[in-house]
Amino acid sequence: MSDIPLRDVRLETDPHVGFETSYLGEGFSLWSWLTTTDHKRIAILYLISTTIFFFLGGAAAVLIRLELFTPQGDLLTAEAYNRTFTLHGVIMVWFFLVPVIPTVLGNFLLPLMIGAKDVAFPRLNLFSWYLNIIGGGLAVAAMLAGGVDTGWTFYTPYSTIYSNGHVSLTAIGVFVAGFSTIATGINMIVTVHTLRTNGMRWFRLPLFVWAIYATSLIMLLSTPVLAMVLVLIIAERLFGLGVFNPDLGGDPILFQHLFWFYSHPAVYIMILPGMGVVTEVITCFARRRVFGYQFMVYALLGIAVIGFFVWGHHMFTSGQSMYASLAFSMLSFLVAVPSAIKVFNWTATLYRGQITWEASMIYALGFVGLFTMGGLTGLFLASVPVDIHVHDTYFVVAHFHYIMVGGMVSAFFAGLHFWWPKITGRLYPEFVAQIAAGMMFAGFNLTFFPQFILGNLGMPRRYYAYPPEFQVWHVLSSAGAVILAFAYLLPMAYLLWSLIWGKRAGDNPWDASGLEWQTRSPPPKHNFVEAPFVSEDVYDYHPENAPRGSGADDRRYDDRDIAGEKADAAESGRRHRAAETPPATAQARRASKTREPSDGEGR
Amino acid sequence: MNEPGIWLPQASSEAAATDTILIALLVVSSAIVLLVAGLITVFAIRYRKGSPASREPLPSIFARDVEFGWTFATLGLFIAIFAWAASQNITLAHPPAARMEIHVLAKRWMWKVEHAGGQGEIDELHVPAGELVELIMQSEDVIHSFYVPAFRVKQDVVPGHTERLRFTPEKPGTYHLFCAEYCGTDHSRMIGRVVVQSPEEFAAWLTRQPQEDDLAKSGRQLFVRFGCAGCHEGQASVRAPRLSGLFGAPVQLADGRTVTADDAYVRDSILQPKRDIVAGYDPVMPSFAGVVSDGEIAGLTAYIRALRAPADGGVY
Ligand code: HEC
Ligand code: HEM
Ligand SMILES: [Cu+2]
Ligand SMILES: [Cu+2]
Repeated sequence: MSDIPLRDVRLETDPHVGFETSYLGEGFSLWSWLTTTDHKRIAILYLISTTIFFFLGGAAAVLIRLELFTPQGDLLTAEAYNRTFTLHGVIMVWFFLVPVIPTVLGNFLLPLMIGAKDVAFPRLNLFSWYLNIIGGGLAVAAMLAGGVDTGWTFYTPYSTIYSNGHVSLTAIGVFVAGFSTIATGINMIVTVHTLRTNGMRWFRLPLFVWAIYATSLIMLLSTPVLAMVLVLIIAERLFGLGVFNPDLGGDPILFQHLFWFYSHPAVYIMILPGMGVVTEVITCFARRRVFGYQFMVYALLGIAVIGFFVWGHHMFTSGQSMYASLAFSMLSFLVAVPSAIKVFNWTATLYRGQITWEASMIYALGFVGLFTMGGLTGLFLASVPVDIHVHDTYFVVAHFHYIMVGGMVSAFFAGLHFWWPKITGRLYPEFVAQIAAGMMFAGFNLTFFPQFILGNLGMPRRYYAYPPEFQVWHVLSSAGAVILAFAYLLPMAYLLWSLIWGKRAGDNPWDASGLEWQTRSPPPKHNFVEAPFVSEDVYDYHPENAPRGSGADDRRYDDRDIAGEKADAAESGRRHRAAETPPATAQARRASKTREPSDGEGR
Repeated sequence: MNEPGIWLPQASSEAAATDTILIALLVVSSAIVLLVAGLITVFAIRYRKGSPASREPLPSIFARDVEFGWTFATLGLFIAIFAWAASQNITLAHPPAARMEIHVLAKRWMWKVEHAGGQGEIDELHVPAGELVELIMQSEDVIHSFYVPAFRVKQDVVPGHTERLRFTPEKPGTYHLFCAEYCGTDHSRMIGRVVVQSPEEFAAWLTRQPQEDDLAKSGRQLFVRFGCAGCHEGQASVRAPRLSGLFGAPVQLADGRTVTADDAYVRDSILQPKRDIVAGYDPVMPSFAGVVSDGEIAGLTAYIRALRAPADGGVY
């Protein structure tokens, strides 16, 4: 990295100069944004596009909840309702949940966190944004041209023979977006393998990086199956192929196998990045090293692997052999074990911490609670007899919204708030943000908890009119949705406000560890003025009043003490530290402690 | 009907077994949620920033042992729940030889039931309490799913497959029947009811049911009563197509499409006549939606089906 100019001396005296020399100042024209290969600017492009998709999908959700306020189908026609929930599902899954954390936060932070200048393939990175936009454009065009009424699951033979919506166009859109996902996956994997800075060993990687890495592996391995199944659907619609058509000797169930072989791993594409985010946030605001770092890594990888072998739990009622069902059931119980471990470890991380309740922390702890409920209801669904009852009812709807909206969207907001000062250099009004986070938690539960009860009472999903006995629960749910909608609009407002009127954040407003906090906010084009050197373990937080020289946990490694060697490394690390001086308190804290080997050491 | 309140009635023997597992899961899950939420709350208060609580290094048990401990505890717990839930499936998979077989045909958007004696029902299923029933189900078009919440049973009906669903109804009463697999426009209208009767009532009900011939006879009466005959027969003042020989034949429509006159087409013609206008006729036929019931449509359809050859006209 010798080609990077030495640090700009002006910055050291005047912290307010910096915007022009940050990545944001690289160019102001639209063209400069649309042709940028800077991972941070691409992340901003993704932030804008995923936000637009989120509000589009959200608008559909509002329509759905309004329709379900009364048992009669009064607001929408049956056809319109079916098109609305399909739009909601397609947009939310493929154009919001799957890309959002890897491409926005992952793009922005992964190179920073491993001390790299950019991702491995910057131009591929930009290309994948264009693919995502083209795919999204095609899908939205299909919706505008009259819509699709298959649901996001495209079950055959409805989608191939009977549906009169724009199925092929939507499928092409999702197909194209799939390649964007694959490209991002490859980029992240290669980046982590090849661009880690000096001293950034595998077991020193922040768990966010591990999470993006595991996610990218799943993206790479599962998305081609989705591409394949979409091509088959298109071929069957356009050329009358008979792969799924029973009249031509095909089998509709084959579609379900292929689809869920992608889509179950895809649900982990949607949640693992969120797990990474909350680990960063919780450790920072509890000021603790994460409990059981290695177990957290193995849990991520375990979920990624076992997640490939549970798809049949979506097909317990499809007529699949009982033995197959039982095997998938057992594997589904197994995949829940690593998820449980993560929950326990996050909780244990709080123990003996110095906990504060910044908005991102509220979101992150909200994630832990809601993910726990989503995961546990997954166990209900993994038990064959119970699933036979609640499959395709609102119970399933509640289950996956608890994980994907309660979990993933909360995690995204946690991350967006946590890194907002880094991304924009500005602070948002903390108190308003805390209110919004609390409202989101409350509104979410009011919206989706009644759906568990509805499902257990037998209310099927995808009904636009329903027997009046169910109404009371639907009304509660719709009421919650109003609160939830407001809670999503609020951050939009104050985050935009903060861009202009927000206080300058400084480089490390949360006093967080991690390389991304050691460069300027917003970071310069190539992230670090000098390549950082990593000499300490990740999450090197200690209780502020911890006695000098005491480790936080994991003292069993004491017998392998290599303190002298470490002290030297730390010294040279400090000399090579990146860009700007950390705030005084952090510096004092760092200087005053002896580094303690931990979990990940020396692997 | 009106089942939902806070918990469904257990109207089949499967219901009780399923509920037991469900409630056990509920207890275990609530305990875990309370534990996690409780710990988070306690920690958040006790270890809030600057509180006097001790931040000594973690006690030595708080090491890898704890981690292994809860990993294996969770694993054991989950495997136990799995094994318990699985045992119910294994029992159910081996049914006794004696069972009452009923055929069900699913199509957009109705359930057609045919009892062993030929009695037919639409969007309704009568079954006797206390007897093992086996539904043999097929679909004519897309995937549907036969779901009776009060029985806790559900089975997808996949075109090209023959699916079987077994249950033993226990509690007499009337329960919801839903289509649980999304099947297009009127998916949410593909609902009906299941009537569980005592064996005696059920036997009496069976003998009261018209067979297919009777269905057509009653259809003839309806055809006159609803005024269909006024347009579709004899010297009507309105010009309307003759219906003899219609069933199963191709129909040329005004918009150029050709469709086959099957059950769904006749049903559409009655409920949404404006949708498929026969070529050469004016769209004057009124819609009978909300006027004729599904059962009556079945009767009318049976009558029209019986009018196969032109010579047959007016047999009934
Ligand atoms: C006001 C006169 C009128 C009445 C009453 C009426 N129809 Fe019709 N019907 C028509 C006309 C005209 C057409 C042809 C135009 C069309 O397809 O709508 C038609 C078409 C049909 C068709 C499709 C025929 C074909 O050749 O494809 C069926 C089936 C049918 N009617 C059944 C019924 C039944 C059953 C009733 C009674 C419940 C009924 N109609 C009452 C006038 C009537
Ligand atoms: C903790 C372990 C989990 C288990 C044991 C589990 C189990 C299940 C099961 C058995 C189903 C099928 C239910 C049915 O259709 O009847 C299901 C559905 C679903 N789950 Fe999970 N799940 C888990 C975690 C997750 C995660 C992490 C996500 C997403 C981020 C997720 C998202 C979904 C979705 C989207 C569906 C419904 C798909 C549809 O039919 O449209 N689940 N889950
Ligand atoms: Cu799954
Ligand atoms: Cu249906």
